[in-house]
Amino acid sequence: MNVYDFPDKYGHFGPYGGVFVAETLISALDELRRQYEHFRNDASFQAEFAYELKHYVGRPSPIYHAKRWSAHLGGAQILLKREDLNHTGAHKINNAIGQALLARRMGKSRVIAETGAGQHGVASATVAARYGMECVVYMGSVDVERQAANVYRMKLLGATVIPVESGSKTLKDALNEAMRDWVTNVEDTFYIIGTVAGPHPYPMMVRDFQAIIGREAIGQMQEEYGRQPDVLIACVGGGSNAIGLFYPYLDSSIRMIGVEAAGRGIETGEHAATLTTGRPGVLHGNRTYLIQDENGQIIETHSISAGLDYPGVGPEHAWLKDSNRAEYVGITDDQALEAFHALCHYEGIIPALESSHALAYAAQLAPQLATDQLLLVNLSGRGDKDMGTVAQASDIAL
Amino acid sequence: MSRIATVFDELRRQNRKALIPFITAGDPEPGMMVPLMHELVKAGADIIELGVPFSDPMADGPTIQRSSERALKHHVGLKDVLAMVMAFRQSDPITPVVLMGYANPIEAMGYGAFAMRAKECGIDGVLTVDYPPEESAEWVEFLRSQQIDAIFLLSPTTPQARIEEVAKMASGYVYYVSLKGVTGSFNLDLSDVANKLALLRSAISIPIGVGFGIRDGATAKAVAELADAVVVGSRIIEEIENSPQAEVLTNVHGLVKTLRNAINEARTK
Ligand SMILES: Cc1ncc(COP(=O)(O)O)c(C=O)c1O
Repeated sequence: MNVYDFPDKYGHFGPYGGVFVAETLISALDELRRQYEHFRNDASFQAEFAYELKHYVGRPSPIYHAKRWSAHLGGAQILLKREDLNHTGAHKINNAIGQALLARRMGKSRVIAETGAGQHGVASATVAARYGMECVVYMGSVDVERQAANVYRMKLLGATVIPVESGSKTLKDALNEAMRDWVTNVEDTFYIIGTVAGPHPYPMMVRDFQAIIGREAIGQMQEEYGRQPDVLIACVGGGSNAIGLFYPYLDSSIRMIGVEAAGRGIETGEHAATLTTGRPGVLHGNRTYLIQDENGQIIETHSISAGLDYPGVGPEHAWLKDSNRAEYVGITDDQALEAFHALCHYEGIIPALESSHALAYAAQLAPQLATDQLLLVNLSGRGDKDMGTVAQASDIAL
Repeated sequence: MSRIATVFDELRRQNRKALIPFITAGDPEPGMMVPLMHELVKAGADIIELGVPFSDPMADGPTIQRSSERALKHHVGLKDVLAMVMAFRQSDPITPVVLMGYANPIEAMGYGAFAMRAKECGIDGVLTVDYPPEESAEWVEFLRSQQIDAIFLLSPTTPQARIEEVAKMASGYVYYVSLKGVTGSFNLDLSDVANKLALLRSAISIPIGVGFGIRDGATAKAVAELADAVVVGSRIIEEIENSPQAEVLTNVHGLVKTLRNAINEARTK
């Protein structure tokens, strides 16, 4: 079997990834790459990371057998990797801790982050409080308005939230603004990117920090079920929770499915299904699939879940798609909402709307498979942050 | 000889330094671009840098971001920018035009198609902010095949080994970004520029332009005493932004003229 060892030393996953940034950022990225290469193999760094994941985040996150929902669907068994039980309520904290520990070792006293839904912003604000660092979070002004509760959470944690008014005023513009801050304050500032995007080494580094999800799963599956799952399913915004689950399984032949946001339907053009509909291009420091117009301008996306509302996707997913190692599918807003309600109803678990996309695809696939098949779904986050959106979708005023 | 090399040769003979204004194609509106480009030349521009509007101008400050947004309101794409330059070339076959922008519009058009079309339209150089030398081997080949110069950025944080790498790939001129941060910032450090230029000169034989943070005649003059070319962007765009449409040409002319005169006063060896 081939051993998967992407990226290469320039950060390339096949034709994707790389370092596509202005000269002003090159030396900062070189420094980050050097430091990460060092600490990646440093036992005391890894030990501290493991300690924090256990005692602060609450890992390992369990694998839970959704028996009632599986029986109702009448096919394969659905197992949930419970990232929703992590401190701060999503997988984002795994990566935020990893990068914050690196920032501390690099002597940076200030961290910055971009956020869409606010989950990564909250995770970054949390770790900044935990380690006593200044934290500035960039958030599109449209998102600031639709995610007011998370904005308040970040402020409670001591972060400064800066609304971004440029471009489409959403996640991609927050990322642009964070990059501008970084280039200006590079001496004392560490940029904590929230997903497997950005220039090398970010896609690799964020993947490594999230890979705890898949590594735990391999052990837990063996212990509890005596075998590995037949299919892995995860939602894909930038792709960090998906790659976190997939990566440790890449050398196996287990089927992997990434679920993108098909929004109001692919045919409406109002979606965020980058790998399904996009074309390769360059944005935010790497080459990957992008949702763009014929002039190469990036187009605004739509998803009911702010965390999937991004016109790009991590370069490793672009490569896994082209090389047919993983499949990528779309789930609409309505399908995600249906799965959201189903999980509440049958299992007493309120999932994040992002994760509900993965659940919805599992619900489509399960009935087509035998009852002894195992689907492992990454339940990337909990739905507390989505109360307003879900209520609104049901025409309920809170 | 290329138009860019010809300009620098001529300036060297006259013991003068180049003035390179930057404007965004399509700002304030597409119909004004060709007259505006001619106006820049009349006021004393030696080379024109023309920004290609992009939805995500990551390396630009608020001023150039806004100008990009104004151009995008008119749906100005790379094809339109090329057409503007072709129209400009009808009555100015001499002044070099350099496109400056981001990778993705070029990725969307394709390297080969872009290079051919750019040549036909009379483009002399291209500076793609987010194609650093590491990712540029193939790109530079395509430009070279059409005798278009690949312009690269250098920054205060570029180490010497990298400067030598850039020297191998760059042609036309290199562009030294004189401060850390985005375009339009205020903290230009002249003594840093002087020190760094000395290092750059040891590795780079083509002309060196300096830009980012040049906002007035005095700074332009001081930079002209050190560098081969002075690039001014955000300040000119502010002038466009703050002028009623009917006065844009006059006001931009006045500003560029001031910069030109200041640069002409620079003491050069
Ligand atoms: C719960 C949850 N899942 C998934 C995502 C999407 O990000 P990624 O694709 O990087 O996992 C987010 C992003 O905010 C999220 O909050």
